[in-house]
This record gives sequence, C-alpha cells and structure tokens, in this order.
Amino acid sequence: MKTLNSLLCVFLLSFSLVLQAKVESREFANAQMEEDYNTLVAELRCLVCQNQNLADSNAELAVDMRTKVYSMLNEGSSKTEIADFMVARYGDFVLYRPPVKSSTFMLWFGPFIFLLIGALIAIFYVRRQPISEQSMVDTQTQKRAHSLLDDD
Amino acid sequence: MARYVLLIGFFVLLGVFALVLDRMGKGEYNPRDIPTEFIGKPAPQIHVPTLFDADKMVNTDKLRGQLWLLNIWGTWCPECWREHAFLNGLKKAGVPIVGLNWRDERSEAIAMLNQLGNPFIEIGFDPDSSVVMDWGVYGAPETFLIDAQGIVIAKHAGGLTPDIWQKKFAAYFEHAAGSEQSQ
Repeated sequence: MKTLNSLLCVFLLSFSLVLQAKVESREFANAQMEEDYNTLVAELRCLVCQNQNLADSNAELAVDMRTKVYSMLNEGSSKTEIADFMVARYGDFVLYRPPVKSSTFMLWFGPFIFLLIGALIAIFYVRRQPISEQSMVDTQTQKRAHSLLDDD
Repeated sequence: MARYVLLIGFFVLLGVFALVLDRMGKGEYNPRDIPTEFIGKPAPQIHVPTLFDADKMVNTDKLRGQLWLLNIWGTWCPECWREHAFLNGLKKAGVPIVGLNWRDERSEAIAMLNQLGNPFIEIGFDPDSSVVMDWGVYGAPETFLIDAQGIVIAKHAGGLTPDIWQKKFAAYFEHAAGSEQSQ
C-alpha cells in the first residue's frame, strides 16, 4: 500500500511538471495586450514545424519567437509592427494569412481555379453523353406500366 | 477525340510528376525551404557577446572590404558536426568565417571547438535566438555570404559540402581573386 501511494505520488508530481513545462506564464499589463499576444501567436507560423502556429509549437525557436512577441508588446510595439518585424525577417511565409499579391495569387485563388476547371470538365462530359437507346423504356413496357397503374 | 485529349493530359501530368520528383531527388526543389528575405540587402548587425568572452561584443566592422561567411551552428545539431571539417578547410584556404553559436551551453560549444578545431575568426553566442531571428534563420546549420560592401549575396540552409560550395559560393571568391590580381 505504501509503495502504491508513493508510486501514485511520483505519477502525479511528474504530471504537474509536464504541464508546467508546456505553458509559459506571461503577465500582461492589460487585457488588450493579452488579446494582441494571443492573436499574434495564433497567426504567426512556426518555421520549424511548418504546419503549426507559434502558439501550438513546442519548438525552441517558437518559444524564442513568442518571447520576442511578448517583449515587443511590452516595449509598446503595435500588432502590425510585430507582424512586419517577422515578415521582414522570414517573409510572408511566417503569416498564416499572407497578403494577396502576385506571388501569393495561386495560394489564394488556385483552389477556386481548379474547382472551376473541374466543374467545366464535368459539365462538358455530362452534356455530351448521348442518351442511350437501351435505357429508353419501350412502348410495350410503358403500356404494361400504365395498365398496372390503372388497376388501382 | 476526347479520349486522346484525356490520354495526352494524363501523360502531361505524369511528366510534371516525374520532373518534380527528379528535382526533389536532387535536393533542388525543397517545399520546406523558405526563401530568404536578405539576398541583396545589407547584413543585419550581430549584436551579441562573443562565445569566449561574455564581456566582449561581436565586431564585424573589420571585415568591411572583403568577402566573409556567417555560419550558424550548435552542438545539438548533427549536421554541424558533419560540416565542421569543411569549415576548417575553408579557414585554411583563407576564407574568414564568423560563427554564431545558437541555443547552446557555453562550455559545450567550447568543448566542441576544442575537439574539432576552430574555423571561426569570431564567434557570437546567441542562446535566445536574437541574432538568429534578425537574420531570418530557422534551422542550423545555415551559412550566409556577405560581400565587401556588407551586402548579403548568398545563403545555404543545411550543411556545407564541396559540391554545394562549388555551386553556390565558389564563383564569388574566384571573381574577387580575379579582380585583386588585375589591380
């Protein structure tokens, strides 16, 4: 029983350590700052794990980038200034919502172009499909159908 | 007729697929590679203390007027260990390399240099990625080439090898040597 208790203790203690390691406690001067921070880390991409944003990533560079965002906010930088700071260094790639411009045109509109092409092909094939003779119900069957229906 | 169009379309797509696969195999087309923002722009300041002396700041002013490299490395990065011998060779050939030790322990970084040799003329110590972020670096090793005017002219993400050196960097040095001789 004693061993079980101490094992349980170790288990619970290690669990709390894991939780602490994951979340950095940051203190914000006001609610606006906290909101800006949360928006920024959600919209900036982690460059190490490229399908994660800064908020979700545990990569060390992401931790340092979050710290940078936090310290810039504390120094009075605006949200746009911080986003511009990151874009100047890592390019539009760092933004999860890159601006619409010639280099990102395909990113924004590519899927719709492909959808359009697909729809055009589908319409083309459906329209030129000849109505096959076999599928036509012949007159005899039609008559039978009518007589069956008239019985009611 | 439509069937032929379909067939031709299929082969065109097959061709594109093979081409991309081939380029990926050669390591030329890496979808994870982020194009650097710094080619053709002035090199950012390296505003951190040196690895060997925490009271001294890195100073690259003395490198004005010549080609030099900035190499980002860390003891935790296996590729950095692999490319180290090549960096030592560059030093022997007279290429000035500034090192930037990233996210490391001072003692471990110094131990690695003691073991493998020190190819750097100066080394910055950047435990919290401040210079790394200023240079838009997202992984190690990474190497930048800076020209005599302090402009970044080339970059390679990943370990340096003789092949990559020939492809991306060597031409600049040959050109520089040529213009010196003609003077």
